[in-house]
Amino acid sequence: MDLILVNIIDGLVYGLLLFMLSAGLTLIFSMMGVLNFAHASFYMLGAYFAYQISQTMGFWPGLLIAPLVVGVMGALVERYGLRRVHQYGHVPELIFTFGLALLIEELVQFFWGTNQMAYETPEILQFAAFSIGANSVSAYKVFMIFASISIFLALLYVLTRTRVGMVIQAALSYPKTVEALGHNVPLVFMGVFGVGTALAGVAGVIAGPQLGTFPGMAILLGSIVFVTIVIGGLGSLWGALLASLLIGWLTTFAAASSFEFADILLALGMERPADMDDSILRDLWTLTLPQIGPILPYMLMVLILVVRPHGLMGKRGV
Amino acid sequence: MSDISQSAMKLPGITAANAAPWLIATLFLLVLPFIFSANSAITIMNQMAITIIFALAYNMLLGQGGMLSFGHAVYLGAGGFMCMHIMNYVEDYSLPLPLPLLPLFGGIFGLGLATIVGAFSTRSAGTVFAMISLGIGELLAACSIIIVAFFGGEEGIPGDRTYGLPFFGVEFLQQIEVYYLIIFWLVLSALLMFLFSRTPAGRMANAVRDNPERAEFLGYSARRVRYISFCASGFFAGIAGGLLAINLEILTGEDLGLLLSGEILLITFLGGVGFFFGPIIGAIVFTLLKTVLGLETELWQLYVGALFVATVMYFPGGFAGVLMMHAPSAKLGKLKLLVVPYIKTLVPAFFAVMGAAGFFEIMFHMRHAAVGEEEMTIFWTTFNSHSVLPTAVTIGVTVVGFWLAKRSAPDMAAAWHASITPNKPAGASAGERPADSQAQGGGS
Amino acid sequence: MRIKTLFGLTTALAIGISASAAFAENIRIAFIDPLSGPFATTGTNGLAEWKFAAETLINAKGGVLGNNIEIVSFDNKMSGKESLVQLQVAIDQGIRFIAQGNSSGIAGAITEAVNKHNKRNPDDRVLFLNYSAVAPILTNDACNFWHFRFDANADIKMDALTNVMAADESLGKVYVIGQDYSFGQSVAAAAVHFLAEKRPDVEIVGNELHPIGKVKDFTPYARKIVASGADAVITGNWGSDMVGLGKAIIEAGFEGPIYTYYAASNGITRTFGAAGVDTITQVLQGNTNPPASAETSAYVDAFEAKYPDHDISQARITNAIQMLAKAIDQVGSADDVVKIAYALEGMEIDSLWGGKVFMRPIDHQAIQDIDVAVQTDKNIRHPLDNSPYGLVTQSTVVMAGMDSPTTCEMKRP
Repeated sequence: MDLILVNIIDGLVYGLLLFMLSAGLTLIFSMMGVLNFAHASFYMLGAYFAYQISQTMGFWPGLLIAPLVVGVMGALVERYGLRRVHQYGHVPELIFTFGLALLIEELVQFFWGTNQMAYETPEILQFAAFSIGANSVSAYKVFMIFASISIFLALLYVLTRTRVGMVIQAALSYPKTVEALGHNVPLVFMGVFGVGTALAGVAGVIAGPQLGTFPGMAILLGSIVFVTIVIGGLGSLWGALLASLLIGWLTTFAAASSFEFADILLALGMERPADMDDSILRDLWTLTLPQIGPILPYMLMVLILVVRPHGLMGKRGV
Repeated sequence: MSDISQSAMKLPGITAANAAPWLIATLFLLVLPFIFSANSAITIMNQMAITIIFALAYNMLLGQGGMLSFGHAVYLGAGGFMCMHIMNYVEDYSLPLPLPLLPLFGGIFGLGLATIVGAFSTRSAGTVFAMISLGIGELLAACSIIIVAFFGGEEGIPGDRTYGLPFFGVEFLQQIEVYYLIIFWLVLSALLMFLFSRTPAGRMANAVRDNPERAEFLGYSARRVRYISFCASGFFAGIAGGLLAINLEILTGEDLGLLLSGEILLITFLGGVGFFFGPIIGAIVFTLLKTVLGLETELWQLYVGALFVATVMYFPGGFAGVLMMHAPSAKLGKLKLLVVPYIKTLVPAFFAVMGAAGFFEIMFHMRHAAVGEEEMTIFWTTFNSHSVLPTAVTIGVTVVGFWLAKRSAPDMAAAWHASITPNKPAGASAGERPADSQAQGGGS
Repeated sequence: MRIKTLFGLTTALAIGISASAAFAENIRIAFIDPLSGPFATTGTNGLAEWKFAAETLINAKGGVLGNNIEIVSFDNKMSGKESLVQLQVAIDQGIRFIAQGNSSGIAGAITEAVNKHNKRNPDDRVLFLNYSAVAPILTNDACNFWHFRFDANADIKMDALTNVMAADESLGKVYVIGQDYSFGQSVAAAAVHFLAEKRPDVEIVGNELHPIGKVKDFTPYARKIVASGADAVITGNWGSDMVGLGKAIIEAGFEGPIYTYYAASNGITRTFGAAGVDTITQVLQGNTNPPASAETSAYVDAFEAKYPDHDISQARITNAIQMLAKAIDQVGSADDVVKIAYALEGMEIDSLWGGKVFMRPIDHQAIQDIDVAVQTDKNIRHPLDNSPYGLVTQSTVVMAGMDSPTTCEMKRP
């Protein structure tokens, strides 16, 4: 029982982290209709910038400055890159962000090398907040939960309660009308792209010390972020939240379980072969759920796209 | 508008003009090993030929069908692994299957997998298709490690191509024999793929890509058209996989991984998706960049990434697009008009790119070279990388080159417009579509 | 056609480059490992060690048969396919000795290719000096006459490691976790096998695999380990999987030792930092704290002075180069690789890292002393990663695995 409780907390932490990434991505998608393949690369940049800042000024200034820098970079990419490619259509846009992801990874390797960075959690949070059974939950994890929930609430407030949010929401559905009303829609687009990437930057700053800061971190998390927003429904903030938590708990519980596929085979009335090498099913006999845990979200995504192409909460097909 | 516009819907009759490029290319491929006879050259050429088949197959999706796939290596790998197993099976039981037929089985297996996956993934193009291909790619890449019985885990499945009976006296011991086998399949597959693009199914793929709704109104099922292209593409990817099995005699998980899938997207796009021969250029250029540039510098991936992004931004038509931009000028006999403006812009642009590359190389050397080894050589010049002068020179060359290129770029664009306009109205439409120069400098 | 000219021109360029180096006097070793991309650090570190060993141990002392040893580097981009191309390029340049170490999968591909090449081209045979790939299969079912392994294989290392573990009376429960591929699986199998043999009373409370390079958050695995009440963890993880797992386990409140294969250098020691002290324990060959002799220390210091960003993380490279030089010297020619291979079989030399190295003839597996060492910042003569931390030897198994069984059926020419 203790373990299940701990897993619920861990899944929540991971899910909320995914949400910070997917919120920005889904916002950008609903605005421009393009999946930003390089989104996780901005997450990586956030972590590296924060690491560099933490070397001289400590963790907290990094939490503030790094996302700003990343957001500005994102806005520049929109202004001088994406807007130019936009005229060629959606597929080149997707390919452009794909190329950008490659390029950012190469640049990070060029500047910081390929080793893992010793980016650490701030010292005042380096203690165990509480323990459940023998397992301790670090104060940093508690901080992660609070940070991501407050970001979500702030985002929700801005989008639904402020004038800027109204303009953004209107620009989502009726860009031409909003433009006719005298609002600068391209500027709104650039701003949303900047804010979206800055959110990814925040996620990087917070997750960097926990999940490791290395050049592969973007690829590792990148595709799972797409999976999240595709499952949640492209363009839906609530869908992204739902899917993030779902994936967080799904992968956590899959990794924590000790389910073996041999049990299914035995239940089907098959007999465990004496010599595994002779059996064509030998790989199934030795397979366990934790072994395939990280792949489950992809299976879920393919399944969802086949049965319900607009995702869990998406309004339109993609 | 994608292919060289020839006969619209009828199958082309074989004319001398049609057949000439194919005959010349075949002849050229046949004599190539006499020019480059080193084993390593032949190994690289084998690799290149296989990549060409794969890139052409990929372009059936991306260029002709408008479907962006992030997991196409799956079909290559599936075909390759099947061939590896057949190769080993034939050896164990000494069956009379001649080696040259083996890639056909790879093709059939790739086709089989494509029929299954395509059944649900081709429902729409665009993002859904891209995401499903990514998901399938991840799944199969993961399976390649888990399902050891078929994929052999991390070591992969090795085999021996010299099994069984010699094929008309050829035992396939040497790379050169494999080269001719691959060339045979290359020409055959390229021809078939070219003919496919000329069939009604191939033509409809273009129509569905450009406007699926209109195609539906004409009575064609867009999904069915996509499905046919998808299966055909899987078939040829499988053939490439079979050839890979013969060439390398070992297949591992990396041959169906996401890295290879990403690479083939890069290759095809660099070459140009709008023309049939685009991916061929892409495959050749990329393989050479990888081997030649890879020998010269550790930073080759950085340069390739920059080249790729620049291509997407400034030349979405790829190398082939750039080449074909000049077809009208050539037809009008006005290529001469372009020479001076091109030199004026491209030479400074070239120096700007080289200067930037030099700057990166110096930075890299400064940080990574051993203590005491401060000398480095680039562009046939040896100097101390820790002194200020070389860095200043590279920065200066970059800035000046960029400035010069930028200044003369409008002239170049105007010259290009003039060259494609039949009856010289003095610089009428200049500036409408600026052909930007920097990326072109990087590409040449 | 314009494309074709381009093709011709550029290929000419490629071949021109590969052929240009074909007439040097030096005895050349082709170093085929990743020098670009995400795995470049291990590759460049290995290259630095090879170059330094060749210069200091051979060339500075007059070379072999009056010739210098030269290390020619080839970037395989951590790809099996690319490795085979580079192997062919190296052979075309007339290089007779191939060194590779990163990834047993690639080593498997190379050893297969070398075997086939030598069978098909008796005139320009080559030797494969495997300095780091440890999958047991390479000196068992997949062994061949041309392959020599200078690191201890995973089974021998586990044998040594479990010797140390078995001596710990308080050890009651052990958790085995690793990456889901051949190496991780063989580590797990060996751990179960040797623990059952040496300490039947020790309970293995968990034995599991996770997908390699795919896990974002290791916390759930760490939770299971802590909840199982394990006293020690064994893992064969490397790279970011090692750091992720190790950090998650320590953060979850685990306090026992974590026994590892690859948890030092390349930024890992620095990243673990204080958290890894007295916890991260590694089985390795040629640990330098305490150094075996003054000569060892001088060698490491000289290396660190020349390559401040690198560490001696693959000490056996000096053994490989010294044994090769000795064999060439005995044969009196650097071209007859069959004779050189026979000379290497059964050779014994004094290792720079203390003790002896013996090349076992039946499977071409080097037998040497194996250390078990723990991360700490006390008594560190040679720290790693430019950090205050390093590995201190806890115990050493002399000539580990001398009698270890092998299924190798060596076919000699």
